[in-house]
Amino acid sequence: MGTIGDAIRQRRSVLRAGVTGLALNAALILLIAAFLLVLLQRVVEHGPSFFLQILAFALANGGIYALIALGYTMVYGIIELINFAHGDVFAFGAFLSASIIPVVGLAEGQSFGVGSALGLLVVFVVTMFVCGVLNVSIERIAYRPLRNAPRLAPLITAVGVSFFLEGALFLWKGPSNVHYPNILPSTGFEIFGATLGVKEIIVIVTSVVLMVALAIFVDRTRLGKAMRATAQDRDAALLMGIDIDQTIAATFFIGALLAGAGGTMFGLYYNTSVFDLGFSAGLFAFTAAVFGGIGNIYGAAIGGMFIGIIRSFWDGYFDSAWTDVVIFAILILTLVFRPTGIMGMRVPEK
Amino acid sequence: MPASRGREPADVVLRVDHVTKRFGGLVAVDDVSFDVRRGEIFALIGPNGAGKTTLFNGITGIFPPTSGSVVFQEREITGAKPHQVAALGIARTFQNIRLFEYMSALDNVRLGQHCRMHAKLWDSLFKTPAERREEQEVTERAMELLKFVDIERYTHTYARNLPYGSQRRLEIARALATRPSLLLLDEPAAGFTPQEKVELMGLVHKIVENGITIFLIEHDMRVVMGVCDRIVVLDHGEKIAEGTPEQVRSDQRVIEAYLGKQH
Amino acid sequence: MSAIRQFWRTGPRRDPNTIAYIVLIVCGALLPAFLQVFLSGTSTFWLTVFGDMGVYILLAIGLNVVVGLAGLLDLGYAAFFAIGAYTYAMLASEHGVVTPLHQAIHVPFWIVLLVAMFVAASFGVILGAPTLRLRGDYLAIVTLGFGEIVPRVFKNAAVWTSGANGVSALDIPSLPAWIQGPWSGDPFAIVQDFKILAPLAYYVIMFILLILCVILVRNLHRSRLGRAWMAVREDEVAAAAMGVNTVATKLYAFAIGAAFSGFAGTYYAAKLSLVSPENFGFSVSITILVMVVLGGMGNIPGVITGSIVIYSVIFILLPQLPDYATGLVQSVGLSGLTQSSGDYPGIGEFISRLKFLVFGLILVVTMLLRPQGLLPSRQREQELTKGVHEDTTIVDVTAETA
Repeated sequence: MGTIGDAIRQRRSVLRAGVTGLALNAALILLIAAFLLVLLQRVVEHGPSFFLQILAFALANGGIYALIALGYTMVYGIIELINFAHGDVFAFGAFLSASIIPVVGLAEGQSFGVGSALGLLVVFVVTMFVCGVLNVSIERIAYRPLRNAPRLAPLITAVGVSFFLEGALFLWKGPSNVHYPNILPSTGFEIFGATLGVKEIIVIVTSVVLMVALAIFVDRTRLGKAMRATAQDRDAALLMGIDIDQTIAATFFIGALLAGAGGTMFGLYYNTSVFDLGFSAGLFAFTAAVFGGIGNIYGAAIGGMFIGIIRSFWDGYFDSAWTDVVIFAILILTLVFRPTGIMGMRVPEK
Repeated sequence: MPASRGREPADVVLRVDHVTKRFGGLVAVDDVSFDVRRGEIFALIGPNGAGKTTLFNGITGIFPPTSGSVVFQEREITGAKPHQVAALGIARTFQNIRLFEYMSALDNVRLGQHCRMHAKLWDSLFKTPAERREEQEVTERAMELLKFVDIERYTHTYARNLPYGSQRRLEIARALATRPSLLLLDEPAAGFTPQEKVELMGLVHKIVENGITIFLIEHDMRVVMGVCDRIVVLDHGEKIAEGTPEQVRSDQRVIEAYLGKQH
Repeated sequence: MSAIRQFWRTGPRRDPNTIAYIVLIVCGALLPAFLQVFLSGTSTFWLTVFGDMGVYILLAIGLNVVVGLAGLLDLGYAAFFAIGAYTYAMLASEHGVVTPLHQAIHVPFWIVLLVAMFVAASFGVILGAPTLRLRGDYLAIVTLGFGEIVPRVFKNAAVWTSGANGVSALDIPSLPAWIQGPWSGDPFAIVQDFKILAPLAYYVIMFILLILCVILVRNLHRSRLGRAWMAVREDEVAAAAMGVNTVATKLYAFAIGAAFSGFAGTYYAAKLSLVSPENFGFSVSITILVMVVLGGMGNIPGVITGSIVIYSVIFILLPQLPDYATGLVQSVGLSGLTQSSGDYPGIGEFISRLKFLVFGLILVVTMLLRPQGLLPSRQREQELTKGVHEDTTIVDVTAETA
């Protein structure tokens, strides 16, 4: 690595230079402009209450994607590995929390009181913790032995772990959608003709709280500083006496805490999950992380919101069969046109 | 490509013209200019961190200079990509040896000839007679080069299994395979015993006799003074002296820069 | 004559690959006869199975060029497979009538094979050109995204592709002329427009195609391009410094891999006489990757072996396992296990659900314990086992300081 590696990264400018580059960029801008125009027309067509509904939906989605995206971005920032299995840890969180809910005495149809809230808190904490342990184990067993191996190896292993987890969930609950207990209150507030549900509020607020907690943790605590140092320059961190292995493990743990919370909230919000939820949710969240700027936690949060908005707005105003394609296209286009993402500094190029 | 300015003396192979390289706030190379003349052995020396390898990287296209220009054989190559630079006739070795470890010495040198070969996809796919002939020639030439640098006995050995000295020689053979007019050697004698250094300089002379200009980065003053025609000295990214070994040896700034590093 | 003697003396003794090739060719050639003799009742069924296996072997050989030779992880390989298959569906069936074209096209199978190769390769170039400069992980994700986009496009563009229903009743491949004889139980005759229907015919075609492809890939491996792939895989910076256009080199690998996949897709569609967007998902891409990784990345006989093993496990062993397990469990008196209760679906279903888990496990365990695969090339073995299970080391801090 060293200077040549940095040098090569510096070489790549953010926007492609030259005539073809300009033409491509122009085409992209035109495309985006056209999309926005059509969207605007449809927004007006469907009215303000529909718009607000979609917006609430978008923010809730966005919050969940942001939580997952944070895990991807933190892990990539510190060991430059895409933890393919991260999405599946999220899905595992959904499955696990569904199993814990009856254990703490919560059930569908009950009214939601303080006791329920406490029970829910237990569900969250336990799920988050177990997911954290799961991710740390994955790192220890599957990724750490390959830290110095040629790049292809940990990549393939990560894919294998992802498949393994999906297989485990498949084994557990089979191929069909799995019902998740509907225990959150279905009430909401009327705003301009739209319903802002308690569910949306809980999801959004929890996401924001967790993200803020993470930001404070990374900024203020010693472990957070160690994580940032290791992400910036592993050798220097090592020389400073930072325990790299432990720091990396902590990163995996914290990322999975968020993913577990996200999984729980996904289940509470959508009341369903499925064994390969992690695959699509993971890809979407990774798109968010890349869009926001890989390695940058603020970028992950922004990216998550962005993807949530794209998804909900496309589902709401256009043909939802194409939503997946749109988001994957955003992934590819981001990497082609602006690999650093909105806020990032790390360049995903050689 | 037109000449960069006015008429150039015909024997300037490489002109580095006010080249500066910045990495964020750090100025690694600061307004450096010099010429390398055809057929000479030209050296770039300076204390650690002076910016020597950075300059090499700027010349060979690993990154473009922040400002300034590089002209090779009256052709502007500033910012050209590494493979283009190699095709034009500049080859290099690396300070930290970057051989293809899991390829044999022979394959390393055969790879060096990549940009001089003409085999297209069709030829490679169907092993046309033209392709077979070219492979034969390439292999023969590779064997010659291995002999030239005296590592024939390691022809089929994986590069990583070669002794250190032979690895450095292999890197030179591989660079020579690209048929360069200018060969950049980045600390080619690092880690060598004095005896090995002498042998290496013998090899350098042999290369120059074959019409290739040599531009090398070196630390060892004895090596440099003994074999080079002209020298440029860098310190903290700036050029502090240029000239023949005698001129540079007695330059006050050079002595100060190297204070404590006795040769 | 002396060339043969020299080959015999040096070749097989020193090169396990040659032995592997000989074994594979001999077994492949004798298989139909073997099946006829020992399994005469079900020989056509098994021939079909082995013919299908050939498709996967072909795919694995193609992916091997991308992953094994050039070192690029492609997680969406099935996309090109789909493109090849749909190319055949569009060009060789009555389907054109229901598309905005209102005109059916019937291009002969053999020509579509070539066309599909070019179409798939073009998509490979379109995808690769802007993305091959990305780092390995990102490239993998991009290919994954592409692998998800393509089947969805085929599914959603119902006007052109009949969407989720797929396209059926594809043209049956035919030879302009063929000689019949005792081997097919008919008197000697020259038959015009011979329709290829028999499983044996498909098997033979696939066998010949495979041999051809292996020869082509081997030629590439030992050529200027093959060396460039090895160099780029090892050290891109050094390769570029030696005059290798790394982006073009990677594009070639991508395009050739895509061409193989498209080629296989056409064959597959013709044989099945049906295409549907459901058959080209991520699990197909992963299956082929597992074949390549387990068999031995970069080594053709290894990849072929890996394909045979994995295919046998998934399509021959696994379907029989649930019944086998149920029978076994009942015979040892644990028939309670066959009943489902709560999340437990009964032993049969449980076994059949194991496949994803096992796949993931194979990938992880292989990379941890034997990254070079079952039948590695010597070179790759050394390359891939370097650095595994090493501790975190401090990189030489004096490096690159000049």
